[in-house]
Amino acid sequence: MVPDPVSEVLALPEGVRRPDRRREVDAAGVRLSVAEWGEEQAPAVLLAHGGFDFAETLNRFAPMLADAGYRVVSWDQRGHGESAWAHLYSWEADIRDAAAVLATLPDEPLPFIGHSKGGSMVMHLANVAPHRVSALVNLDGLPSGNNMSDVSELERTRMQRDEMDRWLAHRRMLSDKQRRPGTLEELAERRGRMNPRMSTEWLQYLVQVGGRQDADGWRWKLDPTMRMGGFGPWRPEWSMLRLPGLGVPMLGVMGLEIEVMGWGSRPADVEPYLPPGAQFEGLEGVGHFVHIEQPRLVADLILEFLS
Amino acid sequence: MTARDSDSEVTGTIWVRHNRIDVAVHHLTDGSDPAHRPLLLLHGLGERTPESVPETVRWPGPVYGIDFTGHGQSTIPVGGGYTSEILVGDVDAALEQLGEVTILGRGLGAYIGLLIAAARPDQVLGVVMSDGPGLVGGGIHPGSPSVSFPAPWASETPDPFALIELSRDVRPPDYAQTYVRFVLESSKLEKALMVCAVARPEWLLAVAAEPGVGHGTVDEALQFYAAL
Repeated sequence: MVPDPVSEVLALPEGVRRPDRRREVDAAGVRLSVAEWGEEQAPAVLLAHGGFDFAETLNRFAPMLADAGYRVVSWDQRGHGESAWAHLYSWEADIRDAAAVLATLPDEPLPFIGHSKGGSMVMHLANVAPHRVSALVNLDGLPSGNNMSDVSELERTRMQRDEMDRWLAHRRMLSDKQRRPGTLEELAERRGRMNPRMSTEWLQYLVQVGGRQDADGWRWKLDPTMRMGGFGPWRPEWSMLRLPGLGVPMLGVMGLEIEVMGWGSRPADVEPYLPPGAQFEGLEGVGHFVHIEQPRLVADLILEFLS
Repeated sequence: MTARDSDSEVTGTIWVRHNRIDVAVHHLTDGSDPAHRPLLLLHGLGERTPESVPETVRWPGPVYGIDFTGHGQSTIPVGGGYTSEILVGDVDAALEQLGEVTILGRGLGAYIGLLIAAARPDQVLGVVMSDGPGLVGGGIHPGSPSVSFPAPWASETPDPFALIELSRDVRPPDYAQTYVRFVLESSKLEKALMVCAVARPEWLLAVAAEPGVGHGTVDEALQFYAAL
């Protein structure tokens, strides 16, 4: 097992367990770090983290699945956590990386689970390799085109232009860019702005497993050249249209508290796309990070679904 | 951005930095009027900047050409991840060095020319959109998903990942139209875009149908912009 971080400041949050194993996968030259919990001989599940997260944000949730008899296989996506920083980032590249991890697992169908961006990724992967998926679990990762329904067409066009301008301004500033260092508490506070429902204890724990301590302070192990958003032609319905034809059981879990990191989707936005027989759970009073806010509840939903 | 190398002679290569990529910007000629606004060549998918100005390209001033990421002399990224938007960043890095330009784009380069003209209307004075590899892109919506692993670690350009990923790049007509409108709203030119391609995939048909977009041969378009 990877040792728990040495903390002079904090007690460990209850129930956390760092990965039982780490290994590396070469995804067409990009080194990916795979994190696993549970017995190596146990039936595997593939578990994808969300954007700007990393495998060890699953340190409380993944062990619950592992302790129920699964080999939980996650990985740090390119540019995230222990994996290498890449020259380029794209959706296609992320999917190819996921396929490279999947290719290292026993050649039989297994459940795919993903949170947020990871949820959309495994939805895509289930379409790429239907022969490798036995069930699909999506944790607050169903995008919707309706979350800007109150924005006029003119305003939307203006936003598209602003997004392009901001993206190019970002690209011009990238050379030798580093993440801003800070104290452990400062990094936790910064992440808290995008994860406002997370406890301070949890956020400070994440700094210790997802950050690096340099001489001038802590930095997140996230490639500073990555950026949320971007410009491009992608449309939410392109992802959602992969769902109705899914040929395996599906469980969707959605936090009903709208948050900055989420898609802003509502149950009514996604229900028309659910495949026949799909199970859908909307969780009242829970935000985007359903598996971190309510790990036991979400793990039990998944375990019951998989059984 | 850092200039890794530059050449004071008439021709040479300027290196511009786009994040982790060194982008080669080839200076092909100064032309008969070195003070004239330069022409910037954007090659098609899988191509590279030609060794010299093609005979069919008549331009009175300097002519430059960019090798896109993973093409020609520019850096080959490890593990792919190409998008058209990244290539727009390549051109933007070059524009920081070159200032005002007119663009002649072939195929994929024509599409990139449209996007950069929308982003930098003050610097891009006219885009000539011509036939070439990569003009079609990946159609108007994504195809059936698949994952392709080309031979990894190519030691030479063009990078096989570029060929695969940029040929699947989705180009909805209304998306292209939005950028045409950005160009037409912001450019000081009467005709800031000229469609010269004979082949017209759906995105380019939509561009060509917009009022204010010009049509003609490549030579007619170049002479129109040269005379401005």
